[in-house]
Amino acid sequence: MSANWTFSSTYVTLPRDNVDTDQIIPARFLTTTDREGLGPKAFFDWRYLADGSPNPEFVLNRPDAHGAQVLVAGHNFACGSSREHAVWALDGAGFRVVISSAFADIFRGNALGNGLLPIQVRPDILARLIAEHTPDTRVVIDLQASALTLPSGDVVTFVVPPFSKYCLLKGTNEMQFLLDAASDIDTYEQRHPATIDTTTEEAA
Amino acid sequence: MTAPRTLFEKLWDHHVVRAETAATPAVLYVDLHLVHEVTSAQAFTELRERGIRVRAPHRTIATMDHSTPTTPGGFAGLPVFDSSTSARLAQVTQLRRNCDEFGVPLLALGDHRQGIVHVIGPELGLTQPGMTVVCGDSHTSTHGAFGALAFGIGTSQVAHVLATQSLLQTRPKTLEVRVVGALQPGVTAKDVILAICARLGVGGATGHVIEYTGAVIRALSMEQRMTVCNMSIEAGARAGMIAPDDTTFEYLRGRPHAPRGAAWATALHEWRSLATDPGATFDQSITIDGSALAPMITYGTNPGMGMSISGNVPDPESLADQSERDGARRALHYMGLTAGRALEGTPVDVVFFGSCTNSRISDLRDAASVLRGRRVSPNVRVLVVPGSQQVKQQAEAEGLDAIFIAAGAEWRESGCSMCIAMNGDQLQAGQLAVSTSNRNFEGRQGAGGRTLLASPLTAAAAAVMGVITDPRTLMGARA
Repeated sequence: MSANWTFSSTYVTLPRDNVDTDQIIPARFLTTTDREGLGPKAFFDWRYLADGSPNPEFVLNRPDAHGAQVLVAGHNFACGSSREHAVWALDGAGFRVVISSAFADIFRGNALGNGLLPIQVRPDILARLIAEHTPDTRVVIDLQASALTLPSGDVVTFVVPPFSKYCLLKGTNEMQFLLDAASDIDTYEQRHPATIDTTTEEAA
Repeated sequence: MTAPRTLFEKLWDHHVVRAETAATPAVLYVDLHLVHEVTSAQAFTELRERGIRVRAPHRTIATMDHSTPTTPGGFAGLPVFDSSTSARLAQVTQLRRNCDEFGVPLLALGDHRQGIVHVIGPELGLTQPGMTVVCGDSHTSTHGAFGALAFGIGTSQVAHVLATQSLLQTRPKTLEVRVVGALQPGVTAKDVILAICARLGVGGATGHVIEYTGAVIRALSMEQRMTVCNMSIEAGARAGMIAPDDTTFEYLRGRPHAPRGAAWATALHEWRSLATDPGATFDQSITIDGSALAPMITYGTNPGMGMSISGNVPDPESLADQSERDGARRALHYMGLTAGRALEGTPVDVVFFGSCTNSRISDLRDAASVLRGRRVSPNVRVLVVPGSQQVKQQAEAEGLDAIFIAAGAEWRESGCSMCIAMNGDQLQAGQLAVSTSNRNFEGRQGAGGRTLLASPLTAAAAAVMGVITDPRTLMGARA
């Protein structure tokens, strides 16, 4: 299933550096065995007050956040835990793109594997996106062209690994590519037999 | 003659199934895959839906650690069974079903080898030099202490490894962290890695694999090296590693899954080649003077916000960068700490000994060395959570449990416990904890809880005094 990767959207800004994945999805919600249902838990401890009511100060609770498919966040977004639940939560909350000046490595991989596009921009571009934000301002994402149109109309390009771009545009993922590498994996295993056997209590 | 290579480059080259091209990442082979209940269920579901078997069950091992109770009797022993408990029980039950269905060996709750995934891999001798080790957990970097390339992966990648024993990877850069000199008494491996995180910052090593070198690293035991490598991810590094040496080999010799007989001699020969060649270059290098380090503690809401325990809380206003300043202000507000003030003397509510960073026998011995013959402060709740059942048994054989219990601490069953706070062990909102774990993010140990990361010695000093205390003031000055 291919996805439409040329679209325009309003955006939400979260101008904090080093947002960790514990904030994106707190650990107590990781008991699920599904990928679905995490959207309402995204940023839970910032999004809701202790009494469970929405925190009116938090960006996702503002009226203009509704329908935004793009999250603009501070430097080193999604550091910490490897939990893919962070991506599932952002996806469940309606985001297709996150823009930051840097992403943590594991999150970047998890995002690309789930059709959530991390766009890394220069710090000055990030600052402009935050400064130029209003409830109505929009950005345009064109993945084929690797181009991001800022609210001002200026266009900046971004880098997406070619294979990830291919997967996103085709709506496919890495699993099939790896399964298709089976004969190479067979050959590798013949040359490098296992020295451990976890199915036994100890080495032979 | 081949060009000189770093340890990382040797490990990478050895595991390439299919080389990276302009269009596709490398296919990298995985030697050991560790599995736990929290990040694997959706991966097994994907295999089931696609009709795929687990390719190499003999290279895969599962345990239950993140969401399991640390009170005796497992789930059946819990006094309260609420909806959160039933979700956790459903998750571990699902792991058991998945392991049965796919033929994956499981060290379940109740097994004498159960424990934190990063404690049991080395303990069983499964983690060995030269291997690639992955797990759906960012602290997989721990296993790099053996000269392995070990890194955390997401659940989709867990499915890739289950199905193909391989991963698609782009080659990271290399960063040498050289720690020279010699550590002073009271300064431990935890202080070294907290100092490294403070120096690099929480994202400073993103995109890199760290190799730790230098006299301080060479002098560390295997357990201490694991503490250092464990927190590589807290500086953003993809992995951290230490070249194996006689310390590594002595640790491994005789462990259940370590090679035996002729295979041991062959392995040793290969393992001795696993070092960065003279003349090999790293993309970046930093040097830290280990002799100048004091016990470290964090004051903020990420592991890079650390300081010497005798120092004053850094002033956000001194930071040049606006967003760093905002971040530091927000962190101090959350932590309830005041810029410019000493941390020493700050009252503590909870002390947690445990986690894949500091729950091994040497960590418990460190804690016991301070607690022996003393009582924990009446205002402080103290949890001691061994990293595995084997660590627990060893500690009990040495009488450490008796020291903890006599001091007024809780002696628990093995698991991740209050490090990730998803098993019911957690801080209450507003509580301040000194923790030997690895993350001080907002709410990490319970919503609204505040965490200061430190070594087992420093945590023990806080437990006894009830306030943040330099452990050196208690060492050798026994009341």
